[in-house]
Amino acid sequence: MSAETTTETRLSFVGEIGNLLHAAAGNPITTCIQCGTCSSTCPVASGGYMDATPRRLIAMIRAGRKEQVLKSNTYWYCASCYQCTVRCPRNIDIAELMYALKRYTIWKGQYADDLIGPVFSQTFVQTIMGSGRSYEPVLATSYLFTYDFKDMLQEAAMATGLMLKGRMPLLPPRIKRLENFKRMVRKIIPAGEKA
Amino acid sequence: MKTYAYFPGCSLEKMGKSYHLSSMETTRALDVELEELEDWNCCGATTYFHIDELLAYTLCARNLAMAEKRQLDVVAPCSGCFKNMVSARKHLTHDADLKEHINEALAEDDLSFAGTSQVRHLIDVLVHDVGLEEIKKRVKSPLTGLKVAPYYGCQILRPRKDHEDVEQPTFFEDLLAAIGAEPVDFRLRLRCCGGALILTNREAALGMVRNLLENALASGATLIATACPLCQVNLECYQTQVNSEFGTNLKVPVLYFTQLVGLALGLKPGKLGIGSELVSVTPALAAAGNGAGGR
Repeated sequence: MSAETTTETRLSFVGEIGNLLHAAAGNPITTCIQCGTCSSTCPVASGGYMDATPRRLIAMIRAGRKEQVLKSNTYWYCASCYQCTVRCPRNIDIAELMYALKRYTIWKGQYADDLIGPVFSQTFVQTIMGSGRSYEPVLATSYLFTYDFKDMLQEAAMATGLMLKGRMPLLPPRIKRLENFKRMVRKIIPAGEKA
Repeated sequence: MKTYAYFPGCSLEKMGKSYHLSSMETTRALDVELEELEDWNCCGATTYFHIDELLAYTLCARNLAMAEKRQLDVVAPCSGCFKNMVSARKHLTHDADLKEHINEALAEDDLSFAGTSQVRHLIDVLVHDVGLEEIKKRVKSPLTGLKVAPYYGCQILRPRKDHEDVEQPTFFEDLLAAIGAEPVDFRLRLRCCGGALILTNREAALGMVRNLLENALASGATLIATACPLCQVNLECYQTQVNSEFGTNLKVPVLYFTQLVGLALGLKPGKLGIGSELVSVTPALAAAGNGAGGR
């Protein structure tokens, strides 16, 4: 395991990423045999949208190519279908690894500018923090204005169609015990206004 | 009558309203009671896990703790909610520190997680708790001649929840056969619909939707059945966008399995939310000799 033989005392990049997961359990990235099952099974990688396949991304992590990994769009193209996870012969939870890398780049504020995913996720979280439930029209603001005009019109037409069929919310839903809920959230993340 | 705590999830409040209606009607007709969790919160979807893992598990734990308080197993019709609750329950049960930390937060809402309630997907309840034989017995208008593509999608199966067969499942086909429909051999039945990528990585997701629709048609299906609101919206509502992006002319109706089961049980289409589709299901249902088309 050459990637582990760093002479520095601080945690190597692969160690750092391997420990980002599963609340506490960690992920055995260093046991990857580069078989490529993840890449061939991934429905997005096969479309050519990821700048590095999952297999290559794992190799980059193990080689300590931190900057390259942080710049990659691979994990923001992961749809969480978990096909790679259930097929990995080394039991690496690759889909959870993608989640971990998303969190890592959001913490570091180092994701590529042209990605919608990070902004969308942050908007989503803010919506839930405020009301306890999600609300599509607010979420739409995080991606709609990045679309070109034709795509935007299509989205608007679809939203109208859904509204006519009673499938679009007009008012944002909120839970009843919202104050308790917000205090619960502040126990986990001790930030923001006081109760 | 067996009772479960029911966690509809945000999608079923509006976009997937017909899934909610048909879940309630169909289970009632099968003597299953779904008792909606009072004041449930969002499960965190996929996005919450992009920001903070601990908080994401806390959100799920609150819902689980409410089901435990009612001493009921919790049923989710949405595959995303189902997967999130299953993994939250697993991690909290296996990690005492995590459980303690989250329970401290849950105390703010007079709740506590112990792990006493199981998490179930609605289709699993129908197939295994109600049972296929029982469903067969209750079918009043079998969906004879209706060729259906059973679309499992992802998170209903993956990551593995227990010992289920994640590569060659048959329960969806079995259920469709039990109500008299003809499940077709749908090769891409386990392939992802793109999920939330439809919003964040549009081009990639539209391509994924197109593959699924074309493969369902090539398998001889006239209708796709789904067990997840996100799959339903991606496959049905984005067909206009798919057609404009790829120059295709796809028009494939997509219903929830609960709507098909409800029809077979003799329930009225309107009560099952049929008629709120953007792609009409009437031609497919009429062609199969079932006059119960939507309106």
